[in-house]
Amino acid sequence: MGRKLLLDKAHIENIRFYDVYRREGGYRSVEKALKTMAPDVVTDEVKKSGLRGRGGAGFPTGMKWSFLAKPEGVPRYLVVNADESEPGTFKDRYLMEFIPHLLIEGMIVSSFALGSKRSYIYIRGEYAWIVDILEQAIAEAKNNGWLGKNILGSGFDCEIYVQRGAGAYICGEETALLESLEGKRGNPRIKPPFPAIKGLWDCPTVVNNVETIAAVVPIINEGGEEYAKIGTGKSTGTKLISACGNIKKQGVYEIDMTISVEEFIYSDEYCGGIANGKRLKACIPGGSSVPILPANLLLKTAKGEKRMMTYESLADGGFATGSMMGSGGFIVLDETQCVVRHTYTLARFYRHESCGQCSPCREGTGWMEKILLNIEKGKGKMSDIDLLWDIQRKIEGNTICPLGDAAAWPVAAAIRHFRDEFEWHITNPDDAVRRNYGLMHYADILTVVAS
Amino acid sequence: MAEVPKLFKVTIDNITIEVAPGTTVLNAARQIGGDVTPPAMCYYSKLQGSGGKCRTCLVEVAAGSAADPRPMPKLVASCRTNVMDGMIVKNITSERVKDARAGVVEFLLLNHPLDCPICDQAGECHLQDLGYEHGKEGTRYEFSRRTFEKEDIGPYIQLHMTRCILCYRCTYVADQLTNNRVHGILDRGDHAEISTYISKAIDNDFSGNMIDVCPVGALTDKTFRFKNRVWFTKPVDAHRDCDKCCGKVTLWNRGDEVLRVTARKDQWGEVQSYDGKPGWICNTCRFDKKHLNDWVIEGPMKVNRHSVISANHYVETVKPQETIAEVMGGRQPRLMMDIHNISDVNKPGVHLSELPGPATGETFNPQQLNGSES
Ligand SMILES: Cc1cc2nc3c(=O)[nH]c(=O)nc-3n(C[C@H](O)[C@H](O)[C@H](O)COP(=O)(O)O)c2cc1C
Ligand code: SF4
Ligand code: SF4
Ligand code: FES
Repeated sequence: MGRKLLLDKAHIENIRFYDVYRREGGYRSVEKALKTMAPDVVTDEVKKSGLRGRGGAGFPTGMKWSFLAKPEGVPRYLVVNADESEPGTFKDRYLMEFIPHLLIEGMIVSSFALGSKRSYIYIRGEYAWIVDILEQAIAEAKNNGWLGKNILGSGFDCEIYVQRGAGAYICGEETALLESLEGKRGNPRIKPPFPAIKGLWDCPTVVNNVETIAAVVPIINEGGEEYAKIGTGKSTGTKLISACGNIKKQGVYEIDMTISVEEFIYSDEYCGGIANGKRLKACIPGGSSVPILPANLLLKTAKGEKRMMTYESLADGGFATGSMMGSGGFIVLDETQCVVRHTYTLARFYRHESCGQCSPCREGTGWMEKILLNIEKGKGKMSDIDLLWDIQRKIEGNTICPLGDAAAWPVAAAIRHFRDEFEWHITNPDDAVRRNYGLMHYADILTVVAS
Repeated sequence: MAEVPKLFKVTIDNITIEVAPGTTVLNAARQIGGDVTPPAMCYYSKLQGSGGKCRTCLVEVAAGSAADPRPMPKLVASCRTNVMDGMIVKNITSERVKDARAGVVEFLLLNHPLDCPICDQAGECHLQDLGYEHGKEGTRYEFSRRTFEKEDIGPYIQLHMTRCILCYRCTYVADQLTNNRVHGILDRGDHAEISTYISKAIDNDFSGNMIDVCPVGALTDKTFRFKNRVWFTKPVDAHRDCDKCCGKVTLWNRGDEVLRVTARKDQWGEVQSYDGKPGWICNTCRFDKKHLNDWVIEGPMKVNRHSVISANHYVETVKPQETIAEVMGGRQPRLMMDIHNISDVNKPGVHLSELPGPATGETFNPQQLNGSES
């Protein structure tokens, strides 16, 4: 069994409520930090832990915190990103729904470290019922003296507010989130300036993912160095993975980043293998924005090494033969799945969710969707594949925010690894509407070319 | 002793210039001028916060600065990137830029209706210029183009959402020039549109400036609608005493008739500044002063020789060098004929300007001309 730090107590009955949470050792990290540590020392512990942002980009959290500008007399803000709208990702929901006090506890400690007296949770609008859960947890924490003025006599004041989004994936992008939080249209800002200098209401701001902030609790309780001992390399600590698709046991798992992808999919502790006796065809290991990999490249890297569930190993091979940890949305496709249809579905999502500010993303996403639908319906042309490639290439890197890249990458990866399947759709238009291409060679063991 | 502010050296397409810190790459390039200047469809120097959206101004930064000469991995929007000392920028000397820009032009034209023949903006449209200079021929788009419900946004301004490139300039005008913005961008992505809230008409003293900043024919002047093509008008600079605005305008005339009034534009197509202040004009000057005697005429507007509007305007032109004699080695060209003498369409005897209406076939009496055919 791997170590569990976040969800180890999630199954205890009524852990959602303050009394049980406190009885199980909750809010110890607040006591420790506020009574015995200076804010900078808390940041140092987070730095030592090697914690990387769990929202998708994997940026080292301690470093992000140390970039926060601290001009005299200007408020600073911590904003927790609970927008979680990436297809395949539903880990934050689990955490907030079942163990909301863990997030509140992490927020108090983090707010203390950053000097944020008003901290916000920006939550996706569709998580309406979780707003109530969080607000109840905040009220309980406040009634018990963990929020409000002069917490634990430390002189530190802090309030937490929950703000609901209105249903836009783009509001998960941190600067769009800040715009939305300010009550404006959720368009990503043009950077620089970065939020660490000018964020919420032009004040220095840190935006972190729910899971990132929750992980601060065990880091403070056990110490940054202890936390860094879990995992491998630069992938320290534990990571929540939301697994879905054609597996036996869909759900949210906490892994300690020492296991292989194969073990994660097939072991009974995690996904329990592919459902209905089918074979694995492909997988998107980190949420819809990261490149899809065929079974053979998923389980082993191009060098023939076992692929591990770590930031480094999932990215091994770059975009040519690797993928990314992303936000931990693990989507498994079995041999009955159609990669073209799947890519179309994603393209449709990104077209719908583009904010429309910059021309390549606004126009390119819609164009790709239309071409993919044609191919899927057996109306494609051979030249469409190269056209798709050219469109995604002209979007990638040329936009304001990473949504453009996120829309381009799935299309690029699907063509890169599953070109045969696209071509089959075009050359067999009648079959393409009746049946799927199947597994074909996508699970065949690759011969490693010595370089 | 007053401290001399240190200037930053920046090299754009191998031309080096010194600019004040805080200058954007685009504005540095504008100081150099010519082809070195990236096209800008959304940035507008007089509108705070504008730019960064259309991506036509993307450039390659080959060296970030003298202190940190690493190249920037991605192309950057030159309108929103400040120069650093020792920065090396590639615009038209970069294949990557040309490729990406052609891509942006293609994206911008993807859903554009291409209805230039019936668009009032034709001839002064930045998208036309952009497509001509940086685009590729033909389209690879095989789907029907996006259309929108027509929307009435008041008595003065006509909105053609199909032509909009979502540069956001008009929303900045409304934010920064009028005291209450009532229009904005609704919805998102490729279905985003300019709209007034619950179709509330845009009714504000300075709202007409949205027409001037709109790079395409999405916002046009209703009082000028279909009156004339811009290149048939005679633009003259004029002014009047106005208690609301600077009163400095361009009148677009035909004969003694004032067809349209706009603010004066600078060489980048932006509203001209006077003493550092943008010369926005009020709606009274723009829409209500349509008589020549409302205005003090200053003289013909200076039209860029390359603009289609300059057709038939001979102000400030330079007589081209006589090259024929040079090419011919001093000999006289042999073939020189008067087109009027050989054309059977036109008859020198018919004075077109004296006709009551447009000329027709009847005017030239074709039966008589081509008698054998009838
Ligand atoms: C289109 C888009 C959507 C995003 N959605 C989310 C999201 O739902 N939740 C999240 O935590 N981060 C999201 N991010 C990443 C955030 O911009 C930001 O990097 C993150 O919140 C930083 O937190 P971290 O450092 O703790 O990971 C998104 C980014 C993009 C470009
Ligand atoms: S990349 Fe897409 S989502 Fe991001 S700012 Fe541009 S149009 Fe908006
Ligand atoms: S209407 Fe014109 S000015 Fe306004 S966003 Fe569209 S193109 Fe830009
Ligand atoms: S002018 Fe720079 S992005 Fe539009």
